[in-house]
Amino acid sequence: MYYCLLVLFGVVGASLRYALGLLISVDQFPLATLMVNLLGCFLLAFISSLLTQLPYLANTVASAIGTGLVGSFTTFSTFALESTTLIQDSNYLSAIVYILVSLLGGLFACVLGYKSSEGLLTWRKK
Amino acid sequence: MINNFLLVAVGAAFGVLARVLSTNWIKKEWRYTFPLATFIVNILGSLLLGLVTGLSLGTTFSLLIGTGFMGSFTTFSTFNVENMELLRMKNYKHFFVYTAASYIFGIIAAFIGLTFGNLL
Repeated sequence: MYYCLLVLFGVVGASLRYALGLLISVDQFPLATLMVNLLGCFLLAFISSLLTQLPYLANTVASAIGTGLVGSFTTFSTFALESTTLIQDSNYLSAIVYILVSLLGGLFACVLGYKSSEGLLTWRKK
Repeated sequence: MINNFLLVAVGAAFGVLARVLSTNWIKKEWRYTFPLATFIVNILGSLLLGLVTGLSLGTTFSLLIGTGFMGSFTTFSTFNVENMELLRMKNYKHFFVYTAASYIFGIIAAFIGLTFGNLL
């Protein structure tokens, strides 16, 4: 059951990533991957924090969404390859901006997702 | 167009399974706080994506193995959530090592894969 959900959500996550890549294309800068990765960080932190509060069934589904959908939506390999390509093309400024925004933005998006989730949980308890 | 999505979907189905099975296996064997499983998957995936891209196998293989399989095998979100957890646990040493090693070795791995693929 869990593995079926995982594959299903994984396929949806990767297809969304591919679709966004087709929609968003900017010359000389991998904006699509950056947006996908930052959005995914927010969502996974949000879901992970909610997980601890959910009953068993909802927990399984939420875990499959986090690991499958969000895990496949975001990608590290494409980020690494795009950074390499920017450096090889002597596009150093874009490479530095891409790596730094991924690094700091990814962590910031996680904290934001975590805080939003905590906020939602305390709001619901009131 | 539909065919392209199908290629990505098939690759992703195997990619996500490969990620979950291998990370679960590594987590069982590795009992320390350092998130080694995601690290290994991300570096290996970067190396292989570079290799596949360097080999220039055409659109079909690029979508199936690159965008689909490697894209889903590696993950940026889990990497960052694990990093946030290390920060919350005030484990700054592991946080620093995990972040620096992932970015540096990830990019080097992609470079090695790409260069090697171009040579073959």
